[in-house]
Amino acid sequence: MDDALFVHRIHFAFTVTYHYLFPQLTMGLALLIVALKTLALRTRNPAYDDAARFWTRIFGINFLAGVVTGIPMEFQFGTNWARFSQLTGGVIGEPLAMEGVFSFFLESTFLGMFLFGEKRLGRIGHWWAAFLVFAGSWLSGFFIVAADAWMQHPTTYSRLPDGSFQVTSLWGVLANHWAWLQYIHTMSGAVVTGAFVMAAVGAFYVLSGRHDQCGRIFVRCGVIAGLIASAFQIFPSGDLHGRYVAQNQPATTAAMEELFHSQAGAPVVIMGQPDVERQRIDNPIAVNDALSFLIYGTTKAEVAGLDRFPKRDWPTNIPLLYFSYHVMAGLGTLFVALMLTAGLLLWRGSLFRTRWALWCLMLSFPFPYIANTAGWMTAEIGRQPWLVYGLVRTADGFSSNVSAANGLFTLLGYMGLYTLLSALFCSSSTARLKKARHPSRPPLREALRWKPFGSFWSH
Amino acid sequence: METVWFVLVALMLVGYAVLDGFDLGAGVLHLLAARTDAERRLLLESIGPVWDGNEVWLLAAGGTLFYAFPLLYASSFSGFYLPLHMVVWLLVFRAIGIEFRTRLDTRVWCDFFDGAFSLASILLIVVFGAALGNVMRGVSLGPDHYFFAPLWTNFQPGADPGVLDWYTVLCGVVTLVATTVHGALYVAMKTEGPLNARMRSAVQWLWPVLVVLSAVAVPVTVFVRAQLLDNYRAVAAGWLIPILVAAGLAGILYFTRARQERNAFLSSCLYVAATLGGAAFALYPTLLPSSGNPANAITIRNAAAGSHSLSMGLVWWGAGMAIACGYVIVVYSMFKGKVQAGYGEHG
Repeated sequence: MDDALFVHRIHFAFTVTYHYLFPQLTMGLALLIVALKTLALRTRNPAYDDAARFWTRIFGINFLAGVVTGIPMEFQFGTNWARFSQLTGGVIGEPLAMEGVFSFFLESTFLGMFLFGEKRLGRIGHWWAAFLVFAGSWLSGFFIVAADAWMQHPTTYSRLPDGSFQVTSLWGVLANHWAWLQYIHTMSGAVVTGAFVMAAVGAFYVLSGRHDQCGRIFVRCGVIAGLIASAFQIFPSGDLHGRYVAQNQPATTAAMEELFHSQAGAPVVIMGQPDVERQRIDNPIAVNDALSFLIYGTTKAEVAGLDRFPKRDWPTNIPLLYFSYHVMAGLGTLFVALMLTAGLLLWRGSLFRTRWALWCLMLSFPFPYIANTAGWMTAEIGRQPWLVYGLVRTADGFSSNVSAANGLFTLLGYMGLYTLLSALFCSSSTARLKKARHPSRPPLREALRWKPFGSFWSH
Repeated sequence: METVWFVLVALMLVGYAVLDGFDLGAGVLHLLAARTDAERRLLLESIGPVWDGNEVWLLAAGGTLFYAFPLLYASSFSGFYLPLHMVVWLLVFRAIGIEFRTRLDTRVWCDFFDGAFSLASILLIVVFGAALGNVMRGVSLGPDHYFFAPLWTNFQPGADPGVLDWYTVLCGVVTLVATTVHGALYVAMKTEGPLNARMRSAVQWLWPVLVVLSAVAVPVTVFVRAQLLDNYRAVAAGWLIPILVAAGLAGILYFTRARQERNAFLSSCLYVAATLGGAAFALYPTLLPSSGNPANAITIRNAAAGSHSLSMGLVWWGAGMAIACGYVIVVYSMFKGKVQAGYGEHG
């Protein structure tokens, strides 16, 4: 732990991994809440309003946790990755500043109205508040993905004499193909998380015989959204993204698939433990020709293996990359299977009597978090050893003026702080789950937040 | 072009100081002046709908700084590594204090959350003040424009200063008093009854302290860095700024005595904005002075992003901030008037 580069990498990895536990649910739930509120408007069934209201409370806590864990991310570009920031600020700074200016103000303005303004805004007004919060959070996601996509696949830039980058076309950064492919993949991953969480809470209520009506709406909504999103996640978004990676980062694809030697009819190794030193896979279970087919649409095509690239350009942690990718892809496949089964049972009208299926739904909510995390690990470990692919190495980007000990000190600080935050988050969301829909006493927070607006509306 | 962005970033930071300043100041008074649970709720209600929006100004300013002056962002954020991460921790603590107080309905924990909110607010203000002090005083920049500031060295603003020395601590104290007054005026404007009276008497107690501290801070700053007077010597119109500062100070006392709470708060806004504006005017075109070799200083010229990026950015930035200012106006006009006591229990 005395290697500054290592400490700075772990510092960012830890804080960003923890942070992303929250936004994925925020973005997924935001869409589902808008869907529930749309259903409530169209069917005039108050049960949908109750359902939306329940998730709005969870959304509030989750959003807050996402905001407070997001602040360190913006600071860390400067504190821990100063050389990188200096070089790329002219490009990366643009989507990040745009996020602040366009998304954060939008979200912070309408979040209060959305969380605490249902009575005052009326049904239509409140739908709009929900929609604008949804739009803000998805816009925010886009700017972040666009920044990351430029690091993965730099486009429309020029270099100044001191080596720093500047954009030649802002549109080019925002319209980067990589950004759009990564964005739809990331967003549908977020919807998968939202759908699984919603279905799990619904299954819990149905199984325990509490709030049965609400529980059924959650399960139905969660299963339908989960089926659509997890299918979309594999095809077309995962497929397109995977092929784009293979074209533009062939060394990454070779490492993800553990293809040491270039070959025609390359296999997909579904399971196994890569041994990088001996350049082979232990205990492999492989499907021959599958990789060539997935990338090029023909089983005969030759796929470049790691032997095609100099060793200094190989991803720095090949086994971890391999496992991340396979955890993501494996879980993604299981999600489709689970949601397809649940969807069929729902269609046949027997899901709510099939206790084992409800148990599966209830217990499966942690796995989308794992899959989304593994997906981001695949993207970011796969980009190594580069910070900006092919242009800036990770080893040249960190703050060389910040020693390993200082980095370790603040890393430990974040670990402590996030432990506290986790405890508070868990206790307040379980408190919410227990209360479910008992609006006998309005939550204190509603009165707290909304009252001033009240004076405006009543005068 | 660099000058335009210097002004824009300065404006965003002034916006942050004026807006988040009052809810930070309210945090200072939360434990000291709001004594009962009802009063503390009232105080939180007065900042409830706006505090997180105010904090967005800091994030947006940070993003804009990153974009417009990458070298300054990179050098100062890594150089002030420890204090900046502590700022983040305090921001998280403060948000926890405000938000979880009402989410976990447990009386015992209320004290914990009140303490977290208030203590984090106090420390944040002092750190922000000290940060301003550091920027005025300068840091020991190397020829590559990088540095690493230890938290303290010998408490002297010499050639190799720490983050804390007697000058930056003084800046922290001035900021603490100024922000407390700012927050007290805001809470007084938003509330009635004993809380309102206590806020007004806090202002009257703190006002002479603030005047003395402000009067001391100016010559001391010139003593620490004499070059800060250069712009005032070159442009006589610059002397309007100290006049505005004095007008703000006078307005605070006059309008508080006259019980015109809104005008008193606006005077305080003027005071905060003019003080920071004066500091920015004194620094220009330097962004971060060097305490050693002046050639190592970070200026708008060596820190700015490419001019093509910057001129393109003006378009979307202008549009985005115009919309953002629209939001601010909407929220504050919705939030007009006094917060009434007891609503929290019955609403």
